[in-house]
Amino acid sequence: MAVPETVSGAVPAGVPVRSNRRRVVRRILHNPLALTGLAVLTIAVILAVFANWLAPHDPTQTHLSNAFSPPGTAGYWLGTDDLGRDVLSRIMFGLRASLHVAVLAVAFSLVIGVPLGLIAGYFGPVDALISRFTDLVLAFPFLILAVGLAAIRGASLGNAAIAIGIAQIPGMIRIVRSETLRLKSLDFVAAAIVEGAGDAWVLARHILPNAGSVIIVQATVGIPAAILGEAVLSFLGLGIQPPAPSLGTMLSDAQQFASRAPWAAVMPGVAIMLLTLAFNIVGDSLRDALDPKASRR
Amino acid sequence: MRRYLFNRLWQSLVTLVLATIVVFAGVRALPGDPALALAGEDRDPESLRAIRQQYGLDQSWLVQFWQFVSHAARGDLGQSIRTGAPVRSMIASALPVTIELSVLAIFIASLVGIGTGVLAAVRRGGPAEWAANGLALLGLSVPHFWLGLMAILYLSVALGLFPASGFVPFFSNPVDNLHHLILPALILGTGLAAVIMRQTRSSMLDALSADYIRTAEAKGLPPKAVVGKHALRNSLIVVVTIVGLQLGALISGAVVTERIFALPGFGKLTVDAVFQRDYPVIQAVVLVTATAYIVINLLVDLLYSVIDPRIRVRGEA
Repeated sequence: MAVPETVSGAVPAGVPVRSNRRRVVRRILHNPLALTGLAVLTIAVILAVFANWLAPHDPTQTHLSNAFSPPGTAGYWLGTDDLGRDVLSRIMFGLRASLHVAVLAVAFSLVIGVPLGLIAGYFGPVDALISRFTDLVLAFPFLILAVGLAAIRGASLGNAAIAIGIAQIPGMIRIVRSETLRLKSLDFVAAAIVEGAGDAWVLARHILPNAGSVIIVQATVGIPAAILGEAVLSFLGLGIQPPAPSLGTMLSDAQQFASRAPWAAVMPGVAIMLLTLAFNIVGDSLRDALDPKASRR
Repeated sequence: MRRYLFNRLWQSLVTLVLATIVVFAGVRALPGDPALALAGEDRDPESLRAIRQQYGLDQSWLVQFWQFVSHAARGDLGQSIRTGAPVRSMIASALPVTIELSVLAIFIASLVGIGTGVLAAVRRGGPAEWAANGLALLGLSVPHFWLGLMAILYLSVALGLFPASGFVPFFSNPVDNLHHLILPALILGTGLAAVIMRQTRSSMLDALSADYIRTAEAKGLPPKAVVGKHALRNSLIVVVTIVGLQLGALISGAVVTERIFALPGFGKLTVDAVFQRDYPVIQAVVLVTATAYIVINLLVDLLYSVIDPRIRVRGEA
């Protein structure tokens, strides 16, 4: 497609990372919205990582006598579901599953997308080949890809992460590729080549470090997308399998009894929204902070 | 232009062939013997052999691939393992629902997205921009299937404003049809509206600071005319571009939206097929989606090059 490079140009043209780092940190620290986002993320990560100790109940333990307790019931701050399971505890473990899948998926897209993007941008001849590959992956919408993968390999957390990761590879390749193309044309890279530096050296020492900011922004944008993706897959029954708690499966369960216990449907959704909102805010702020044009706007 | 057209067509064809190979190989990678699945309860070796022969499963992969492609090209997508119905007719009845839902969603998202985007750009720094930006961020962050659930819970069940589920074909009752689809389309369009809003805002900001706008203002044109005639023109390009880029997300979103609102569309067909392990249907659904995606992307690119001559020129270079 001829379009994306110009349009997804929302990601700024990378600027040498090291010279900028202090300015970026300062900009983020002076942005109250970004700080709020960071705070929400910190809390979410702490809740998820230490869920074993912080959760008031076992997330899979059923207490049928306590079923459908509304929020505010003693011992069950956010209420219980149809089986009397504690909604708060399930959300904490669900956050863990969401973050787990998101990090795996983005790591997967980084490991495959960054090298391919560097190669496509740096070595002309293979560019067309890699571009066809990205077109091919894009021809399978994320959910269709995940559906196919679930049919072949079965539904699980790992396969959900792989499907989401594969869907994110084309975006990563395109971003890294166009950044590599840009950097390759700059004087300092040309100078290194003239001095006799090998291709691997130029890529590893000159291009990759300077493409870092663009890659970081793309990965930050990828995480909320992956969280939403995992929620959708689990909601459809193609992701994390019950009884393991996941925000998506909680919603799909709650759909059955939503008029009786609306909180069981509201709370996991709010948790997903806060988490993705926080990531999006931090991602946006990071992008603005890295964008030399941002000060003008 | 002709060269660009040729290049683009050629690329699409290559992608389509590769996609077909992936679908074919993917279905062969499915666990289990398709002959066993087709036979159902009947596990007698003689009938298994008959089934293998009937479906060409005893042929080499190359022959099977050729048969798959030539059948698909003639519109023969096989039969459902579960119901025995031709897959083609299953798709033919499900596809219009999804197409109507998506078109409606794109329409609503464009209205909302362009409107708020222009507003945010024109009223820079004001509360309107803050509100529009906040809404866009929210639209990008909220899981829309959850939004759909909430809409059913509070708008349909509690207030009775919309039907919670079901579908009425457009030609049997257009009003009822829209009444059933408006809420799902609104939900499906939220993410798209947010993306369109952001792009409209940023392209409007660029346009408003461009020289030709200053010229128009200097000529004494009223601000409304400047925004309407000169700057807004870009919005068309923005929408066409975004619809092309977001098509995959739209298709994925439609699957989930149909699931929540119990619409008998393509998405429901897909999910049901996976749970029932109905391989011919899965294969056909994936192939149709990939083909549609490639063709629509091609159309978007061509449309784009008609609207914006710069693309064409660059494509030729």
